[in-house]
Amino acid sequence: MSKQLTKPKKAKKGGYQGSRINPTRFSLGQLKFYFILIPLAMFMIIPVVMIINRAFMPLGELFAFPPRVIVKNPTINNFRDLLSLSGSTGVPMSRYLLNSVVITLLTVLMNLVISVTGAYALSKKRFRGKEKLFAINQLALMFVPTAVAVPRYLVIMNSGMFNTFWAQIMPLLAMPVVLFLVKQFVDQIPDALIEAAVVDGANDLTIIRRIIIPLTRPALATAVVLTFQAVWGSVEASNNFITDDTLRTLAFYLNSISTNNAVAGAGMVAAASVILFLPNLIIFIVMQSQVMNTMSHSGIK
Amino acid sequence: MTTKPHRLSKREEKARLKRDAGAYALLVPYALPFILFILMPVVMAMGLSFTYFDVINPPSFTGFLNYITLFTQDTVFLKNVLPNTFLYALVVGPGGYVLSFLIAWMLTQLPKGPRTVLALAVYTPSMLGSVFIGVVWRAIFSGDQRGIVNYLLMELGVIDQPLQFLLTPNHFMGIMILVSLWSAMGIGFLAMISGILNINQELYEAAYVDGMRNRFQEIIYITVPSMKPQMLFGAVMAIVNAFNMGWIGVTLSGANPTPEYSGQLITNHIDDFGFIRYEMGYAAALSVVLLMVVYLFNRLAHRFFGEREEVES
Repeated sequence: MSKQLTKPKKAKKGGYQGSRINPTRFSLGQLKFYFILIPLAMFMIIPVVMIINRAFMPLGELFAFPPRVIVKNPTINNFRDLLSLSGSTGVPMSRYLLNSVVITLLTVLMNLVISVTGAYALSKKRFRGKEKLFAINQLALMFVPTAVAVPRYLVIMNSGMFNTFWAQIMPLLAMPVVLFLVKQFVDQIPDALIEAAVVDGANDLTIIRRIIIPLTRPALATAVVLTFQAVWGSVEASNNFITDDTLRTLAFYLNSISTNNAVAGAGMVAAASVILFLPNLIIFIVMQSQVMNTMSHSGIK
Repeated sequence: MTTKPHRLSKREEKARLKRDAGAYALLVPYALPFILFILMPVVMAMGLSFTYFDVINPPSFTGFLNYITLFTQDTVFLKNVLPNTFLYALVVGPGGYVLSFLIAWMLTQLPKGPRTVLALAVYTPSMLGSVFIGVVWRAIFSGDQRGIVNYLLMELGVIDQPLQFLLTPNHFMGIMILVSLWSAMGIGFLAMISGILNINQELYEAAYVDGMRNRFQEIIYITVPSMKPQMLFGAVMAIVNAFNMGWIGVTLSGANPTPEYSGQLITNHIDDFGFIRYEMGYAAALSVVLLMVVYLFNRLAHRFFGEREEVES
């Protein structure tokens, strides 16, 4: 592949003209990248800034002409209106929020547990069919959930999960990419460490608790980020698997406001979007370095 | 890996069974939801695609009828959905993939501080979720003079009447692609950043000694080959993302079907038949076609970046 690997390196430091990846300080050569990247970053972030501003706009500014992007007289009325609003069937906003929190917490937690135990088994245990099972999970990395919405609906209907919390948790539990990333990390743990623990009389659960979990922290943080993003903003389950309004989620409710009250609720809709988005952003920023650490082990061979 | 040449004695066999049972027990909690919501739905889609099924009556076997109808009589599918899906998937999948590599590469040429800030800005749209994306882009492309784009175009004198961007077919696909690319810099993008950062610097130095001259050669001969596994991970994520974003047209226009089917993708067609018309058998046939297209794209990605020829199954 790379013949250069075997070449004796006799590069004179002065003669080296190559690119400096991950430079430590600014140099003029980087200017051209800033020229492209800064406008690009602006394009990426302006819509976000816009909605955050709209969330704090009084009604007059929302429909001002010319259209305003930056808020002039910020108000929290939109948030207040949103919180006092209740759904068409009289379900209060706080109920949707509670549902979302419970569903998200349970999903993230259960996803962590099953991914760690699964990854440990696939990485460190010896058993028949191991390679095959891992290959199936690799194949499932490309799984597109929207493709099988119909059969998923049938599974929910026939398993008695329809109109329960489980209908909103179970479909999101098994995330092949999370299992894959955690396994990549467990692979790095030396077998000798685990053998030593076995000699000391540790069983699998102890090994997972004492060795695997502490040493796979970055991957687990990434698992939290990815699962949280998948669950917190999800509207599919509430749309397709739930008809009882008291079980539906915040994302579903906010989505329904945004499609039904497009004009009258413009401020509330923006406030709702911010409420949905902020937890994602905060969690990602907190775990950012762990996620990047995980990503350096993300390669598929 | 652990094949033993001799036949196992009863005791060895028993010990092995016990060992396997322990491992399987650890796998069951993951395997259960995996089977229920990934494996079984795929198998069911394949089975149902050969039937007529309206949810109320039990499915009745119709052979290849659904597929035949799909490829000979479903004019919406043939004239709109299929070309739309291919155009959309090609631009957002491979296009978004190349873009995210280029952005990742440029970011790695910067020091850590600015890189982190810019990378966060680029990554942010990918964690917004469908609600936010719908709200923000409907405001930007709003059809009256208060829509940001309409306002700007009118100020610049390009148009004198506001355009109904999201209700007319002309611009709809373009807007869908723009919005999708905007939100496509997800974990595949992050993986590529860290892939590039982890390449051994000495490889570049050695290559320049060997006569490499410019950055373009650097990318082709060093960067990409050295991070093939990350490139493959990024490719798989890009493909999955492109096909998972199927809701985008419906979110932007507020209706399924999209205006004159201009943004109708295969996933919307599935929803249309499955959840609006309750023709589950036909929807299942569409699902199978979609899964096969996704698989095809993935084979291609593995062909490009896989270390060995056969990677799976």
